[in-house]
Amino acid sequence: MPLTPDQKKELEAQMQEYVGKPISEPTPGRDVVNEPMIRQWCDAMGDTNPAYLDPDAAKSSVHGDLVAPPTMLQAWTMEGFSMHEGYDEPRNNEHRLHKLLTEHGYTSVVATNTEQGYTRYLKPGDTVTAETFIDEISEEKATALGIGYFINTRTKFTDQDGEEVGWLTFRVLKFIPQQQPQQADASDTPASSAPARIAAPRGHDNSAWWAEVDAGKIPIQTCNQCGELFHPPRPMCGKCGAMDMGYVTSSGKGTIHTFTVIHHPQFPGYDFPILAVLVDLEEGTRLMSNMVDCKPEDLHVGMAVQGSVEEGEDGMKLPVFRRAG
Amino acid sequence: MGTTLNNEAAIVGIGQTDFTKNSGVSELALASECVRKAIDDAGIEPSDVDGITGFQLDSNDEIEVARSVGCGDLTFFSKIGYGGGAATSIVHQAAMAVATGTSKYVVAFRALNGRSGQRYSDGVSGDIITSDLIHWSWYMPWGLLTPASWVAMFTQRYMHDFGAKPEDLAEVAIATRDHAVNNPKAFFHKRPLSMDEYMNARFICEPLRLYDCCQETDGGCAVVVTTPERARDLPQKAAVIRGIAQASGDDQEQMTSFYRPQISNIPEMELVGKQIWEQSGLSASDMDAAIIYDAFTSIVLMQLESFGFCGPGEAKDFVKDGALSAKGGQLPTNTHGGQLSEAYIHGVNGILEGTRLIRGTSTNQPEKNDHVLVTSGVGVPTSAMILGQAD
Repeated sequence: MPLTPDQKKELEAQMQEYVGKPISEPTPGRDVVNEPMIRQWCDAMGDTNPAYLDPDAAKSSVHGDLVAPPTMLQAWTMEGFSMHEGYDEPRNNEHRLHKLLTEHGYTSVVATNTEQGYTRYLKPGDTVTAETFIDEISEEKATALGIGYFINTRTKFTDQDGEEVGWLTFRVLKFIPQQQPQQADASDTPASSAPARIAAPRGHDNSAWWAEVDAGKIPIQTCNQCGELFHPPRPMCGKCGAMDMGYVTSSGKGTIHTFTVIHHPQFPGYDFPILAVLVDLEEGTRLMSNMVDCKPEDLHVGMAVQGSVEEGEDGMKLPVFRRAG
Repeated sequence: MGTTLNNEAAIVGIGQTDFTKNSGVSELALASECVRKAIDDAGIEPSDVDGITGFQLDSNDEIEVARSVGCGDLTFFSKIGYGGGAATSIVHQAAMAVATGTSKYVVAFRALNGRSGQRYSDGVSGDIITSDLIHWSWYMPWGLLTPASWVAMFTQRYMHDFGAKPEDLAEVAIATRDHAVNNPKAFFHKRPLSMDEYMNARFICEPLRLYDCCQETDGGCAVVVTTPERARDLPQKAAVIRGIAQASGDDQEQMTSFYRPQISNIPEMELVGKQIWEQSGLSASDMDAAIIYDAFTSIVLMQLESFGFCGPGEAKDFVKDGALSAKGGQLPTNTHGGQLSEAYIHGVNGILEGTRLIRGTSTNQPEKNDHVLVTSGVGVPTSAMILGQAD
């Protein structure tokens, strides 16, 4: 069940209490910076830089001796596979924050960004200690994966003298997956609970057009007095001044006047990318619509298309177009 | 014969807040701050201000700003619609008010929490039935919800008609970013943009990539307008209005004028241009710099054509070889970094930069600064003006 606004407010207030807090006591690395781990890392990465591997060559480098690859920073203090334990039985504040979100339906997590900065090169014998803070939690965001919160953590790495040697930021999205596993009892989750596209609001000046669409036709407004065609519809004929407007049905034949492939931002209820087309109907008016059964790269200005009214999975009836022929 | 708005009004004060992604204050606080700073810059008192004009989209009513800033009595107030089209329109309002003697000192402002509050990328949605909402009903069901999606439709056809390439759009993004690099107020201060970075950025709505799109910003900008006569007694060098006009084109829609025979030009901008060239007796070749509304890169190309800096379809050639650069370009453009790279204050930050160019105080100041063109929103009923030196 989606949260009520009050529940969401309470959840967000609870989440905000974690901001600025360390996730745990500072964690020293289990081993000092050492040559075997450096060698293994370089082997795994295919890094053959003698400054990391060859003591003789390193003596003549700017460092004067062997140093560790800067990108190993996190490796010196990382917990390893046992990290996966703790999200059910929290051992630290990060676990507690994740559990809080999981309990409110934000069950999934994905890492989205990380950045590192290095203050100095680490040398064998250095002791590295990491202290991680919960830095920032975003407002609720609608993403392609689902609705969720971005959680940023910031880790400060210090040496045996307490001096900073580098930092790391890490961002995860904790979210409600869009495809929830089906419940055994499907009666609780009717199809209409899926997010829908935004329906056209209907007022005096457009509802007759939509009524035609509901009946399966692609309508074009016409002046019943002088026969001029208009789109979008309006209450008065700008040509003869009559306020006697009706509808004719388009053949649906047309060509693409222009188009766009919409990637971002991704709104719930729509399938991305969206193929949006402006169609020159053979009757002479234009209509904004979507292309279906078409690859984005095949779209082009001048493409011959055929329109029809189709009902989407969200129950909305709309004119859409396909490649003609 | 009525009054022609050439040498009838001048910008004598400018003020702005910091540009941020989260102001932490109300939009009224932003408006009050930038308006007060503009008044201070003009060397007048809040009680001297007797007119206020702003955006219909602005959540701040004129009287709220007047009360907050301590303006006292007002004899002129107005709001202009159509989003960024209102940018120089509010100066137009102010100019008409001072030229007719309706008011002595008019403040024109725009303030918004455009990033931390209501964002334009949040898209339009349907809660109330107005003629405006009926308009969006022709686009929302098919997924055209954002300014990028609407402008992409024009851009695609423009590029098709005239053979413009992504690299041509990139010229605009990179040239204006170079300006932001030198502007401490700009979001992209000290952060240049390379062609690789531009091309590798994700598509928002094809053919528009990330850096074809402007930012979203919290901030406020305001100007004080009075007559050139009063301006002579004020401390700042006046930016005199040499021409200023509004226009709405035939079959105009708000952002979606898709039903005109040709959609790869901007008829309302051409109509604005025709008016301001007539008022001023100047032409495109007289402009020493330009502030060209840049919610998206492609609309800068299209406006260069609307105002006659080049012929239809020729902007892609015009912008090559650093033509838009303040470092010796043919037309130094968006010297503050524009809305792409400084901040998105609905074009009003560009009016401040236009004024600084006339004063000679831009962080990318070109040597020659007799005349500067400033334009407003594209795809909407809009406006533009020419700023020049005092006689």
